[in-house]
Amino acid sequence: MITTPTVGEPGVVDGRTVTSRPARLLPSVLKSEWTKLRSVRSTVWALLATIGITIGLGTLLCLAYVARYDRLDLQRRRNLDPTLLSLRGLFLSSLALGVLGVLVMSAEYATGSIRSTFTAVPQRRTVLAAKALVFGAVALVVSFGSAFVAFGVGQAILSRKHVGVSLSDPTVLRAVAGAGFYLTVVGLLGLALGTILRRTAGAIATLVGLIFIADVLVSALPDPWDTDIGKFFPGNAGLALFSVRANTDRLTPGAAALVLVVWVVAAFAVATVALTRRDA
Amino acid sequence: MIEADGLTKHYGPTIAVNGLSFSVAPGRVTGFLGPNGAGKSTTMRLILGLDAPTAGSVTVNGKPYTADRFPLHDVGALLDALAVHGGRKAVDHLLCLAQSNGMGRRRVNEVLELVGLSDVAHRRIGPFSLGMKQRLGIAAALLGDPAVLLFDEPVTGLDPEGIVWIRTFFRALADEGRTVFVSSHLMSEMAQTAHHLLVIGHGRLLADASIEDVLARGSSSVKVRSPRAEELDRLLSSRGATVRAVDNRLEVSGIAAATIGDLAAEHGIALHELTPQQATLEEAFFELTEAAVDYHAGSTPASSGDAPR
Repeated sequence: MITTPTVGEPGVVDGRTVTSRPARLLPSVLKSEWTKLRSVRSTVWALLATIGITIGLGTLLCLAYVARYDRLDLQRRRNLDPTLLSLRGLFLSSLALGVLGVLVMSAEYATGSIRSTFTAVPQRRTVLAAKALVFGAVALVVSFGSAFVAFGVGQAILSRKHVGVSLSDPTVLRAVAGAGFYLTVVGLLGLALGTILRRTAGAIATLVGLIFIADVLVSALPDPWDTDIGKFFPGNAGLALFSVRANTDRLTPGAAALVLVVWVVAAFAVATVALTRRDA
Repeated sequence: MIEADGLTKHYGPTIAVNGLSFSVAPGRVTGFLGPNGAGKSTTMRLILGLDAPTAGSVTVNGKPYTADRFPLHDVGALLDALAVHGGRKAVDHLLCLAQSNGMGRRRVNEVLELVGLSDVAHRRIGPFSLGMKQRLGIAAALLGDPAVLLFDEPVTGLDPEGIVWIRTFFRALADEGRTVFVSSHLMSEMAQTAHHLLVIGHGRLLADASIEDVLARGSSSVKVRSPRAEELDRLLSSRGATVRAVDNRLEVSGIAAATIGDLAAEHGIALHELTPQQATLEEAFFELTEAAVDYHAGSTPASSGDAPR
């Protein structure tokens, strides 16, 4: 197994040079980050969980609704937002995708491989950008795909009682696309938090606090602060984005999308500063 | 070529590296030697731009490491063989690094072949032995076929066969004109691998010299046996040598063995034994690092006169 090492002249291996460099940095780093993401099992599991929970939970909720439909009173029936019901699974699946986002960076710190990464690419901003682009693209495909499938399956079930809606109904398409967008945003917030905090547990806890618990705490504030402040938190902004019915306690869908973008941009701004200022 | 100038790193109140100035030349294996906690790994991280120096600077091939866009083609490093994601296959681990610097699968397969890991290329790294992980780390360092190579404690965890292999390997890399910088806390290992030594203790440079020079700095003595030992003792002492009686022998230092033989002949004193005793590298090392401890306690400065410019 052990051979006598012969490497040859520097710059020349087996008679050909390997020191040729690519013209541009980002495409190389993107390729590398894609290999990193696809080559660990946690990626597959987290993505399967995201898809499974989004579709599975939405299906279950719609089945449950249909099963009880005949015993519901008129008011309950009128309150139904069929789109939202089929997309409810997102509240849980966003956690799975958010955890994957955290791991994309925090696993590198946990294993120590971040040092190999920065030795290979000392341009840390480029590394973060490549991670965000690769993970963001994967998250976007999975998010939109699972949101649309969850919607389709859910509406097929609800249509048994003739309460299903279709994508061509007003604002429904926006709500389903908004759901996919929100899911991607949570994943990216996870990546930014993983970069800022570097520890998996701390970053996941912070993400859960921001997405799930902040709303609960803010709702304890006296009126009108509870909604005035609460509507700017990612969870409520997401809800505004994928609800079909307008609700005065929530932002308009356009404003909600903007607020989510601001959250992501702000989180990555902090992450970039943290990444470039600190020792690896 | 690696050049450090007044390199200093503080972690809070701890001074890990204190005004290191040195250069690591191509074409030879330079051993970076010091006890645990001397600042070797910190220096390596500073060279690679992973940590920012508190003061001073360090360059690789005349520029800061972080100024390099595809550094694996210039510099290969193995810092910690265990710092890998255990769930990744060996080939994927290397591919991530290769792709970031514009290389592909073919180069990955070449370096796996080179370190003898081709058979396990498609296994996950987690269950690898430490020795196999060291080989994987060496493969990663060789990816870009760099002219400068840094290895932090590469021998740890290798079996005897692996140690011989790595020694031969480092020498071969240096013979090809590469700069090979290898840290270790094991003097004996360095004695057999390195051509040149940088010795540090408490973050300071204690010696920058060839192995022979470091050895010469360690106290050497000559073992002498003679039927007229008392006479010889007086004679040698009068010439400024330090003489100790050990059992039936004399241990003489501060005077060369040849001079002792000549003096004895001049005075008609028969010698039954005349054996020069070379201090081991370990002894030389301890003398150097003890000096560092002394310096730390505030007494005489260590041999900083040898710090290069």
